[in-house]
Amino acid sequence: MRVTKHPILGKMAKGQEVEFEFDGIPMRGYEGEPIATALMGAGVKVFRYTVKDHNPRGVFCAIGRCTDCVMRVDGMPNVRTCVTPLRKGMRVQTQTGLGAWEEGR
Amino acid sequence: MIETEFAVVGAGPAGLSAALEAGRAGVQTLLMDDNQAPGGQLVKQIHKFFGSKEHWASERGIDIGDKLLVQAQKAGVRVMLDTVVWGIFNGGKILAIKQGDRNRQVLAQKILLATGASENPLAFPGWTLPGVLGAGAAQTLVNLHRVLPGTRVLMVGAGNVGLIVAYQLLQAGARVVAVVEALPTIGGYGVHASKIRRMGVPILTGHTVKEASGNAEVERATVVRLDDRGAPLPGAEREFEVDTICIAVGLHPLAELAWICGCQFAYIPELGGHVPVHAENMETTVPGVYVAGDVAGIEEATVAMEEGRLTGVDVARCLGYISDRRAETLRGEIQARIELIRTGPFGDALKEGKEKLIERRG
Repeated sequence: MRVTKHPILGKMAKGQEVEFEFDGIPMRGYEGEPIATALMGAGVKVFRYTVKDHNPRGVFCAIGRCTDCVMRVDGMPNVRTCVTPLRKGMRVQTQTGLGAWEEGR
Repeated sequence: MIETEFAVVGAGPAGLSAALEAGRAGVQTLLMDDNQAPGGQLVKQIHKFFGSKEHWASERGIDIGDKLLVQAQKAGVRVMLDTVVWGIFNGGKILAIKQGDRNRQVLAQKILLATGASENPLAFPGWTLPGVLGAGAAQTLVNLHRVLPGTRVLMVGAGNVGLIVAYQLLQAGARVVAVVEALPTIGGYGVHASKIRRMGVPILTGHTVKEASGNAEVERATVVRLDDRGAPLPGAEREFEVDTICIAVGLHPLAELAWICGCQFAYIPELGGHVPVHAENMETTVPGVYVAGDVAGIEEATVAMEEGRLTGVDVARCLGYISDRRAETLRGEIQARIELIRTGPFGDALKEGKEKLIERRG
């Protein structure tokens, strides 16, 4: 859920709204914000599944330290989505296990 | 290879203040940070600071970072953002950096590690479910990126971080069902506790989270009352329907660079765990390598700024930009201000912790 109005910070001033893809589904976020917050703004909380037990994981530290939020972005695995800026047309995918490069990349 | 007299790693309150102090004295200073914006964790602190004017009282963290940056740039400090410092070589003289996609080296006469801290996790059944996250993480999401991690929140920990973030979640429109604190008393300032209580949030001391459960995300939290020895009381469980559990159980220094360049460490629980041993001028056991701010022991942003200044003054003195006498005067002023901050309710423990660190440096 977006915090559009705030008693201290005022109205939300974000970049340009752009389209991106999450597991093939078109979504919208703000250019330059972290991929993770674009996903959370759209209600997505599960970002990856662990290697052994396939347990779901999401954002934990939100400052690029814990690597719990890593996903495959434009074919590259293990991208820290909480500190990677969203760009127009990005392909964001749920990661499984240790992550794999997309074929041909 | 980039050559500079003084390299500062981390553009939070400590790094910015050090760069500013050194830059003003004429030291050629390079300030690096892996984030896209400077300010460190100030960028999410929308509450007003306490204390005196010298400590930015009644200013908000978000504004302090910007002001410090402008001052530092005016003082001639070179700022490199989106720059990760990933290694430190030659006894703490060369930094390996990655700026965007480009790998480079920085050769510096003096280096400050002002890398801050990371939140402590708390392990309990279900703690890895999406929806369990650091309180600082929630603060970043809400105040910086304007997205709520959830709408019904349980806060674990009633220190200042837990209390302040609980309030800021309420400000952003979430519901905080309760704050639980394992200790018998609230750790944070009374003013923060009263604020959230007035808004109807119960603070349950002597309680902790027992379990988080849900299908693929947090759907509920089980909270349990603890006995005098901190053991869960059988039958004293309560369930809360929540989609978010925030963990506010302290921070620890983010000291990897200090470890890999061979700094001696000491285990000081009141300062957050393993802390690089440093002298009063903030120099570690590796000559020319300094630490300041949370990496030198978890305290407040105001202390981080003063420690940054101490470093800047010492670097300027060592490199011949200010006289020993001038440095001594400045150091005295800064130390007096630090003393003043540490007169707060948690000051004694922090002071003792720091004294232990400095003693070991000898």
